[in-house]
This record gives sequence, structure tokens and C-alpha cells, in this order.
Amino acid sequence: MAEDAKDLKTTPLDGLHREYGGKMVPFAGYSMPVQYKAGVLQEHLHTREAAGLFDVSHMGQARLTGAHAAEALETLVPGDIGGLNGGQMRYTLLTNDAGGIRDDLMVTQCGNHLYLVVNAACKDADFAHIGANLPDGVKLEIIEDHALLALQGPKAAEALARYVPAVRHMVFLTGGAHKINDIPCFITRSGYTGEDGFEISLPASEAEGFARLLLSEDEVMPIGLGARDSLRLEAGLCLYGNDIDETTTPVEAALTWTVGKRRRAEGGFPGSGVILGQITDGTDRRRVGLVPEGRAPARAGTDIQDLDGGAAGTVTSGGFGPTVDGPIAMGYVRTDLAKPGTRVNLMVRGKAQPAEVVKPPFVKQNYVKD
Amino acid sequence: MSVYFTKDHEWIRMEGDIAVVGITNYAQEQLGDVVFVEVPDAGTRVDAGGEAAVVESVKAASEVYAPMAGEIVEGNAALADDPSLVNSAPEGDGWFFKMKPDDAAAVNEMLDEAAYKALLADLD
Repeated sequence: MAEDAKDLKTTPLDGLHREYGGKMVPFAGYSMPVQYKAGVLQEHLHTREAAGLFDVSHMGQARLTGAHAAEALETLVPGDIGGLNGGQMRYTLLTNDAGGIRDDLMVTQCGNHLYLVVNAACKDADFAHIGANLPDGVKLEIIEDHALLALQGPKAAEALARYVPAVRHMVFLTGGAHKINDIPCFITRSGYTGEDGFEISLPASEAEGFARLLLSEDEVMPIGLGARDSLRLEAGLCLYGNDIDETTTPVEAALTWTVGKRRRAEGGFPGSGVILGQITDGTDRRRVGLVPEGRAPARAGTDIQDLDGGAAGTVTSGGFGPTVDGPIAMGYVRTDLAKPGTRVNLMVRGKAQPAEVVKPPFVKQNYVKD
Repeated sequence: MSVYFTKDHEWIRMEGDIAVVGITNYAQEQLGDVVFVEVPDAGTRVDAGGEAAVVESVKAASEVYAPMAGEIVEGNAALADDPSLVNSAPEGDGWFFKMKPDDAAAVNEMLDEAAYKALLADLD
């Protein structure tokens, strides 16, 4: 461990994590807090009840510039990027030629550029891939000197508005440039917890100072990666590398909604033949939510069987949902078993544990839509 | 009354010829919030070092091993209703199971409290 720790990168909030008792673990090449003193359970519940501050500076941020940036990005993703108005943002996928998913990302139309946020573990590969597939006149600028903070929860707007009053008027999945005490920053109303919230991109040198201000607010508590995972699982959101990867297509992953209407008609993204074919003809398997009976969590990798003992699929994310107050999971099942209400068995430590197929999310999403 | 420890962060308290087994305070701190515990049924045969119980936190599942060969005489039923006892009273009400070792003298092979404290000091 000690040798590995030397090779880990740190975020601009590293000192703050340690000061707040963060239990640091290696994650995607970074030393990150899996939890603080309160523990995963309290951190999760606090985010759903008030507001949680997450350091997501390990994620990749970039700008795509040039008059034809949206068209260029559309050659790599199935989302309708050209249809985004200024300030609008969208969840989309980088696909491969087989229709699999290279990564999932957020794209915001900023007028003179697109702002991208990609997963930490994929960022080097993503940026190399995007950079290698751009036409003349479109440029990828990787943003390395900015931190990224996520403030999530029903009281996030109240807390952040004390510093940036204008955030009160933003709706979910929009973004814009703001100033926090004269510091230029870019704020989106977005997140990955199922709650209302914001992501704040700001200069690395200013991040700790602003994080301290947010943490001084009564509603705000620091939240680690453990609760980030349980929050996104309850919200039914995919974790790249678990629930989606190069071998799963958007249709299998129940992310067909990310394939824009115009894009379905026009195609022209990697794997479009496979993906559009699957939208028409269906797939053999599908990502679903699973609610196990009893209290035992079914973890990623757990085999799923039909009631006759036949192979039915695999759990890709699973654990305990603190707000649900019970075990929840997501996984891929044969399409004939994908209908909500279907009964299956999860093979937990060799024993069949009955479970019901459901449509995620497992908790109500609390996004501010107007 | 002596308490013994294993390198896997379990404690063993001998009550006559019965061994009460649980996980240490250090172990529960490492696990974090415990949300599910599966304890063995009375009458189950266990091998030394074999899996005897399962403890799951929000983060992950872990096994609890039988420190010695023998027969389970009782699993702690209270943990099914309140798994957080493992966090709040790891070396008390949060015990996992009681077992009758085939050879009660086997505890003499375990770490005593001083040796376990030395092990923890090395981990820091």
C-alpha cells in the first residue's frame, strides 16, 4: 500500500479531506476519501435530507472549441448535441464501433465551446480518442487547472445561493459562468445522486477556500465516494465499468433515451448500425433494477437465475440502500425476464435469494425542472 | 476471564468449554456501518479458519472465520434485527456465535491481548 500511495495523484482538496478525517483510498489513480468521520450511512442520509459536498476533481474536464464543435462531437456520441441551446446540458455516451460504451459524460453548450465532464478512470483514453477524431478547426482543450465540486441535496440551492444568488433561478441540466467572491467559476445544476444540486468548476487554487466556506454552512457536510456510490445506485444511475462498459450497448443498458430522435433518423455515430438495429429489433438482455427479499445485499458479480434455475444474468451493482433501508441492485437479465414485477433468484453465497425486477430509480428523483 | 484474538481481527472469549466469537473494535471500524449479518445455525460443523458468518457494511461483504474446529451452539439472533450492534458493541452484544471447540486448548495458540495490541500498532 505504501508504495502504491506514492504513485497516486491528489486533488486540490487533499489536505481538507485529511483534516476532516477522510479515509483515503486509491480510486482511478487518485487518493480519494471513501468516507469521513460520520460514515457512509450518515453521509448518504444527510445528502438526501440536507446537502453534501463531494470532491469530484478527479473527473476529466475539457472544452471543445470551434464553430463545428457540436457536429464534431456528434460523430462520437449518439446524443443530440447540435440541438442543445446555450446553457443546456445533456448526458451522453461515447460509443465504440460495436455499439458498446467507451464512457458516459456530461456535455454543456456554452455558446463558444462545449464543456465536457468525463469519468476519472476513462479520462486519458477519452481525451485521446476525442482528440484523434476531430476535424480541422475543432480543438479539445483539457482543463487541468480546475477543481470540480458537487453540492448535492434538497438544501444545496439554499446554501450555494448565499454565495451565488443567481443559482436559485437555474433549472436542472443547465449551466453558466458565475463569480464567487470575484473568482470566475462555471456552475451547472446537475449531479449524480438523484437529488437537486450543482457542480462547480473553479480554479484549483481557489477550491479549498470555497469548499471551506460551503462546509461552514449548517446544511453542508463532506461526503465520500462510499455514499456517492450508494446515492447513485438508489437513483438508478449507471456506474461506468460496472453497469456499462465496452461490451454493453445503450439499448441493453436501458439508455436508449440518450439516442436523440434526429440521431436515430440520421445515424452517423460509432456503432450506429448495431444500436439503431437493436432499437428496432430488441436485445437479448436488458439492464433492470432488482429488489432482493430479506436484508442480504447481492453484490456485483452475483449470478441471476430464473425460477427454474436457468442462467438469467448477472448483478452489476448491488448493495444496501440507506434511504430505501434495504438491499437494492441493478443487473442485466434476459429480455423475457426484464418486465417489472418478474420474480428471479439471486445466487448469494450459493443460496437462491428471491428478488423482484423493478424499473429504477429506487427513490424518487428530486430534480428542479422549472 | 481471558480473551484471545486472531490475526483476522476476531476475538474469542472462553466461557467454560464454550467459545464466544466476535469481531474486534478495529475490525468494525474498518468495515464501517454494518447493515447485514448472517450467523451460522446451531449444530453447524466448522473447520478452523473456515467461513462461519458473513458481515456486510454499506461498502462490502466480509467473512467471519471460525477460529477453531468445532460445533456451533448458537448464532446471535439479535444481529438479524439490529446489525448495527456490531458497530456499537463489537466486543459485547455484537458477538457473532458461540461454539464448542473440539479442543478447547486450541485457544492457547491464539494471540493474547498484548500480542493483538502489538499487531494493531504495527498496522498504523
